[in-house]
Amino acid sequence: MMVRPKHQRLVLVSLALAALLGAVLLAMWGLKDRAAYFYTPSDIGRAAPGRAMRLGGMVDKGSLIHEVDGVTIRFTVSDGKARLPVTYRGIVPDLFREGSGVVAEGRLDRGTFIADAILAKHDESYMPPQMENLAVAAPAQ
Amino acid sequence: MIAETGLAALWLAAALSLLQLLLGVGYSRGIMGGTAAARPIAIAQGLLTLLSFGMLIALFLRTDLSVSLVAANSHSAKPWMYKFAGAWGNHEGSMLLWVSVLAAAGAGIAMFGKRLSEPMLVATLGAQAAIGLGFYVFLLFASNPFARLDLAPMEGRGLNPLLQDPGLAFHPPTLYLGYVGLSVAFSLAVAALLTREVGPALARAMRPWVLAAWILLTLGITAGSYWAYYELGWGGWWFWDPVENASLMPWLAATALLHSVNVLAARGGLRAWTMMLAVLAFSMSMVGTFLVRSGILTSVHAFAVDPQRGTFILVLLSLYIGGALALFAARVGTIREGARFALVSREAALVANNLLLSVILGVVLLGTLYPLLVEAVTGEKLSVGAPYFNAVVGPLALILAAFLLIGPRLRWRRDSAPLLGRIAIPALIVVGALLISWLAAPQIGLLPRFGLAIAAALGVFSLAPLFGRNLRRAPLSLWGMVIAHFGVAVALAGMAADSAFTRETLAVARVNDRLAVGPWVVRLAKLDPVVGPNWTAIEATLRASRGEGAIVLKPQTRAFTDPPTETNEAAIHTALDGQLYAVIGRQDADGRWQVRLWWKPFVTLIWLGGVLIALGGLLALIGRQWRQRGVRRRQREAEEWA
Repeated sequence: MMVRPKHQRLVLVSLALAALLGAVLLAMWGLKDRAAYFYTPSDIGRAAPGRAMRLGGMVDKGSLIHEVDGVTIRFTVSDGKARLPVTYRGIVPDLFREGSGVVAEGRLDRGTFIADAILAKHDESYMPPQMENLAVAAPAQ
Repeated sequence: MIAETGLAALWLAAALSLLQLLLGVGYSRGIMGGTAAARPIAIAQGLLTLLSFGMLIALFLRTDLSVSLVAANSHSAKPWMYKFAGAWGNHEGSMLLWVSVLAAAGAGIAMFGKRLSEPMLVATLGAQAAIGLGFYVFLLFASNPFARLDLAPMEGRGLNPLLQDPGLAFHPPTLYLGYVGLSVAFSLAVAALLTREVGPALARAMRPWVLAAWILLTLGITAGSYWAYYELGWGGWWFWDPVENASLMPWLAATALLHSVNVLAARGGLRAWTMMLAVLAFSMSMVGTFLVRSGILTSVHAFAVDPQRGTFILVLLSLYIGGALALFAARVGTIREGARFALVSREAALVANNLLLSVILGVVLLGTLYPLLVEAVTGEKLSVGAPYFNAVVGPLALILAAFLLIGPRLRWRRDSAPLLGRIAIPALIVVGALLISWLAAPQIGLLPRFGLAIAAALGVFSLAPLFGRNLRRAPLSLWGMVIAHFGVAVALAGMAADSAFTRETLAVARVNDRLAVGPWVVRLAKLDPVVGPNWTAIEATLRASRGEGAIVLKPQTRAFTDPPTETNEAAIHTALDGQLYAVIGRQDADGRWQVRLWWKPFVTLIWLGGVLIALGGLLALIGRQWRQRGVRRRQREAEEWA
């Protein structure tokens, strides 16, 4: 089956447009429930439980507890207005310490944030853009 | 003196690029002569930027702390290799590398673009100069790498320890050569639209540049993936980090371009589409540069958040991409119709390849930019990561791989064999592999299962173009295609095996405790302090065994003093059937050590596949150039006889 030249260009252009539209629709479908919103302890009430999200704040001084299994830690994160307990199982990144900023990835489960990953801060001058407002709102405690 | 020489060379190169641009404009208006001046100017510009970059490296090697960039990013106690590579491990240095590659590519067109017509050559060099000029301005006014400090500090601030790795010497330059090498395709497309010379001759001139850039991008991405895998200690090989996406997007566009430029060269088809892709590929490189250099997205690679620089690059970006697209829109009507082809033909299969790659590119781009769009519109902050990209890109990539089972065997123009016959055997292999995997490993996920099945069929059918041929007579470019496609099967198998069969153990251990991961039993033998050139570390000795014989793994936690940082150095044992990966964490209050172990069957195939894909590209590049040289020689001889 050969297509006439005039029609061929038309067919190709419509295919390209269809592909573009398909990409947009596919992306919208995927982003609808797979984008992880960023919350702080005071606005996490708006978050849907069970969905992947990011939590940012300061690790409260004196809140870090190591569980007996040696690989689980518990701590609370605050943003100056509210606090939220967090548990994490794994090796914590190098710059994770009490009193400094943290971004955790995970889910909310009955009032506790279950972190799958603690995002590493890669050097001392690095601050995730999402944390900037926070640093102003809650100066080093 | 060194810094001043470097800066002067950069200014001079910028002036030459302005001259080169004016020459292009003047020539097109019929005011000025052409190539006699354009070639040497482009070559001189390339040499000057290389000189400037060499001066920056010299400053880093000597740790000249009166230069602000060196003081901020280097340290006298750093091993010389990281002083050398540290020259581009920062914003200003990496932008200088970017511009140097751009100018060197321009010099390359001037030296090797002998088969281009004179108007094409002058226009191409003019376009290349136009791109360069914007980035020179950016370097000289907003990111001067040679700025001096009034008062030199006693010691530099050091280089981020994560970057103190041999990977830094190889990964960024390779990637940049690929990124910026695509500028030649962009300039050629712009020139062809301006001079109305879109055709197979242009495609043949463009192809080696696209191939070379694509090979380097492939190698750079593969190296970067392996680097992240062993350096970051998370056991993953791709994180869908915005900066990884920034390198993947030009690669996707370049892969599509690589295939469509072949249709244009061989059959004269897909003319407008190929021009569009050539513009798109380098646009993606620039978008990547913007994403990385503006620090607008949270990323490992974001060295600094500087809104002024971000705005500058954004303006350049809209100017160049917008300009090229406007030119495309204005001239698309003048591009002739391509040659016809049937619904079942090599061309049609390549159109499918191009459409799928474009859709993947689209969803990656949208996913990467979505956080910016949402924040700009609603002020809400969010991140898009692996859950989105895996769910959306995974199936599309598998469909693309499935097309690869049939596409390369179809004939140009019109395939006469019944389609069902073409599909039947690969489909049978896929179904058979699915059944076997269901019986052998019922618990694995849908994507990895299909990945394994399609990889198995592709492993066989990527070789199909060689079936029934005299292997010694088969052209090198055919071998290149076969090896690259076989590399896709290998990489796909590695990715699927890694996500289907990886075993992980996270535990604490005292000395002489045993841990199990997959088939391995690992014993924590001892812990020692170790001292490196600019770090100290605790090194664990792990003895691992599965049945007979034992191997030793030595992961470390390193403490750097300048800047004060700790890193986990993973230890990896590579066996024929996979890798055992070990990370040691901190000591807890009871004196136990955190140990994280992974057994990753066949994970090495991912990078082996990447290297095979690049090797295939290299063979195709050599084969094509060789053959064209032969054709020209025969033409010359024929003329001499006539």
